[in-house]
Amino acid sequence: MTSPPAHPTPPPVPSADIGAYELRVNGETRLVESSWLGESLLSVLRERLGLYGTKNACEQGECGSCSVLVDGVLVCSCLELAAGAVGTEITTIEGLDPEGALTDVQRAFVDCGAVQCGFCTPGLVVAVHDLLDRVPDPDELTVREALAGNLCRCTGYGRIVEAVHTVVARRDGAR
Amino acid sequence: MSPDTTTTTGSARRGTSADGNVTFGLGSSAGRPDGIPKVRGEFAFSSDLHRAGMLWGRTLRSPHPHARIVRLDVSAALAMPGVAAVVTAADVPGSPTYGLISSDQPVYAADVVRYVGEAVASVAADSVETARRACEAIVVDYEVLEPLVDPERALDPSVPPIHPDGNVVRYLPIRFGELDADHAPIDGPVAVEATYELGMQDQAFLGPESGLAVPADDGSVDLHVSTQFLHVDRDQVADCLGLAPQEVRLHLAGVGGAFGAREDVSFHVHGCLLALRSGRPVKFSYLRDESFLGHVHRHPGRLQLRFTAEQDGTLVSMHGRVVLDGGAYASSSFAVIANAARFLSGPYRFRSASVDAWVTRTNNPPCGAMRGFGAVQACFAHESLMDELAAALGLDPIELRLRNALRTGDRMITGQRLTGAIPVREVIEACRDLPLPPIDAPVADPAQRLAWPGGAGRTADHGDLRRGVGFAVGWKNLLFSEGHDDDAWAACVLENGVATLVSACAEVGQGWVTLAQQIGRTLLGTPDVVLEPASTATIGTAGSTSASRQTWMSGGAVELACNAVADQVAARWAAAHGVDPDEVTVRDGFLHTASGEAAPVAVADALPGERFTATVRHQHAPTFPLDERTGQGDCDVSFAFVAHRAVVDVDPDLGLVRVVHMATAQDVGAVLNPLQTVGQLEGGIAQGVGLAVMEEIVVQGGLVRNPSFTDYLIPTILDVPVVDLALIEVPEPHAPFGAKGIGEPPTLSSTPAVVAALRAAIGRPLRRVPVRPQDIALD
Repeated sequence: MTSPPAHPTPPPVPSADIGAYELRVNGETRLVESSWLGESLLSVLRERLGLYGTKNACEQGECGSCSVLVDGVLVCSCLELAAGAVGTEITTIEGLDPEGALTDVQRAFVDCGAVQCGFCTPGLVVAVHDLLDRVPDPDELTVREALAGNLCRCTGYGRIVEAVHTVVARRDGAR
Repeated sequence: MSPDTTTTTGSARRGTSADGNVTFGLGSSAGRPDGIPKVRGEFAFSSDLHRAGMLWGRTLRSPHPHARIVRLDVSAALAMPGVAAVVTAADVPGSPTYGLISSDQPVYAADVVRYVGEAVASVAADSVETARRACEAIVVDYEVLEPLVDPERALDPSVPPIHPDGNVVRYLPIRFGELDADHAPIDGPVAVEATYELGMQDQAFLGPESGLAVPADDGSVDLHVSTQFLHVDRDQVADCLGLAPQEVRLHLAGVGGAFGAREDVSFHVHGCLLALRSGRPVKFSYLRDESFLGHVHRHPGRLQLRFTAEQDGTLVSMHGRVVLDGGAYASSSFAVIANAARFLSGPYRFRSASVDAWVTRTNNPPCGAMRGFGAVQACFAHESLMDELAAALGLDPIELRLRNALRTGDRMITGQRLTGAIPVREVIEACRDLPLPPIDAPVADPAQRLAWPGGAGRTADHGDLRRGVGFAVGWKNLLFSEGHDDDAWAACVLENGVATLVSACAEVGQGWVTLAQQIGRTLLGTPDVVLEPASTATIGTAGSTSASRQTWMSGGAVELACNAVADQVAARWAAAHGVDPDEVTVRDGFLHTASGEAAPVAVADALPGERFTATVRHQHAPTFPLDERTGQGDCDVSFAFVAHRAVVDVDPDLGLVRVVHMATAQDVGAVLNPLQTVGQLEGGIAQGVGLAVMEEIVVQGGLVRNPSFTDYLIPTILDVPVVDLALIEVPEPHAPFGAKGIGEPPTLSSTPAVVAALRAAIGRPLRRVPVRPQDIALD
């Protein structure tokens, strides 16, 4: 048995020249000059725009590490075509707090021990913001159901649940 | 004040509490110094590295478990625009093989491939997509050979070896205590026997194997990589490149989890070869399917075990036969099988024991280190059989364990007499006494149906849900064993109130970076402690971040370095103040005078403007090899013990499980950071629950059938139990700060506790993990 024959003349690598396009990312207009048509939003954010905070754990929509908001909707950026996101407002982990300070979710993750290796953390922080924007006072099962698309291999999730409860309590206290 | 916002104020007692103790020192829940960068997405993981002009590397892997390479032609790939280099076995200038314990794994297969995923060639190209297409353009003609995939067949001496080193990586017999004329154990009147099996578990860290190799003008190379052990990687890479060790500099890049899978090198040699060949930086970042093929897994195994006892439940003898499948290459199998063999007794006293343990070589994926390292496999067997023995005796399973629990002064089956802290009884009792969940039956309310087994994916009504409770106890060695000459280096520089620590210890998420700062703060009396990035270029080895060893080994090295600096400061301060040096002592980071006339002064603040340095090497007490005929010897430094009690809800018709609650008590020696300790216990329990009910790499005929997170399931936030814990603090006499490593024990008995709870719920023997729906629901 042999492997499939190699292409005698390999097909050209997809051209970078599909025309430049613009994406709205974290409130700014960003020019994407060299991308190919099939490139994922995850790849463009990381490799074209230098936004490495969005992570690449599975690149098949199973782990949630690449979670971003597209027009306020939580998505796996590895499953979105970048060129298809033209005309949307994209928010990444880098854009959650326009002031550059920590959001209350980020603060709670640090305070509660919800961070170990940290690879899942940006995606989880985005997902928790999305949850609490939609459901300000979720019960435990709602929290777990909402975050079930974000895999973490280090923490066992106990401190992550604690961080969500802490954000809710602090927001209640601030009201 | 948050530890992350600590600032230097210049005041003499900054960062200290009213009682004079430095804040965020040992015993506090100090925050991670990398916490804020990680929540902001600013922390650079190895897959985030990039350089102007860098190339992307990619590796072509074998699709066959066993085949001869009859033709390998890379010319079409090399001719592709954008391809800068292609390398194969013919391009490896140094050792053609590497390996953690024995050098048996080819950098690239030259003549035969021995598992699906074995590296055949690598390319470097100007984009990911070009690299992928270049790999497709490489022509490899294989003559497919019959794969050896059954580990029992691998034990048959008449089966041809699939590797020059043979099909048995190690055979280890253990013969202990009173034996009969045939060297068999002398049995008691009550005997139970069963065979247990474990599937192949994956570490499934989230950060892919990745990093950046950067060539230097002088022919040397820098490799920025996620790993658990920089120096052992460096030595293997240098060997394969034909370079001196100092010509290969490894720098720790941000590590996205490890759990054992980063003990072996992955793309390291491939990346360096391509960088040196092309003269440009080369980045590798595996996709998830390649990650599943590109690292070792937890050994699957089959363990036959027999326990005998007196009628009153006193254990008498044990006999075990263990076969673990090591897959195609040896990795750390030599050490894993010794753990599986000697911990197979459980933490219990036996008068007589024999174990025969093999780890085989097959054409299955290579197996090696994963959290728990052989003791996980042993624990599933000994705890399952203890429950069967309790049933045979009509005894309470916890009472049976208490009656036979090892104590200080007892001998384990290697003949080693246990010294130090052996709180087996304490962990059992503390776990037993933790409260059960307030509601003692499965939730019936349809409004809470998300809490039913199956959760949101459930398509049936409540049905016949049942609850079960199970208990298990585990034990494992801490640190390396069998005479390994283990060491860890550290350096400390103290200047103007700031302590700078240097160590090559790999932070993989466990919290070493926090602990190192805590040690420095406590011993030098300053909140301002900086830990330098880990690199082979700046300091000697730290050893591996594995075997629950770094708190002891690198923590101990940092302690020695800080103490050496503190002693220098004390001597200089005495001289500067005209005080007899013998009158000055260092305690908890402060200088004290015997007369008490001078107020205590922080070590770090005692002599502003002066600089003190120390570099130290730390070693633990020596260990000794096991006798190769009897398995007897003092091979271990220390042990940790743990107990788990699981509560599960089961749907016996659908085979669905929800692990509701886990109580655990763990022997930790001393708690150095309460918050990080909780994180280690909860995280390890999640992996143990995963092995119990969902995680298995399915290998059929040598082919991995589920190399993705779609098909290899790890627990989500809906799958993990609520955890209640008790920390047993009995200081370990020779351990720094009395602390035992805490990373591995949570994975030991969490798995058998869940399975015991499943058995209690449905009454089936369940002798294989992971327990699958069909094991519960079908006859």
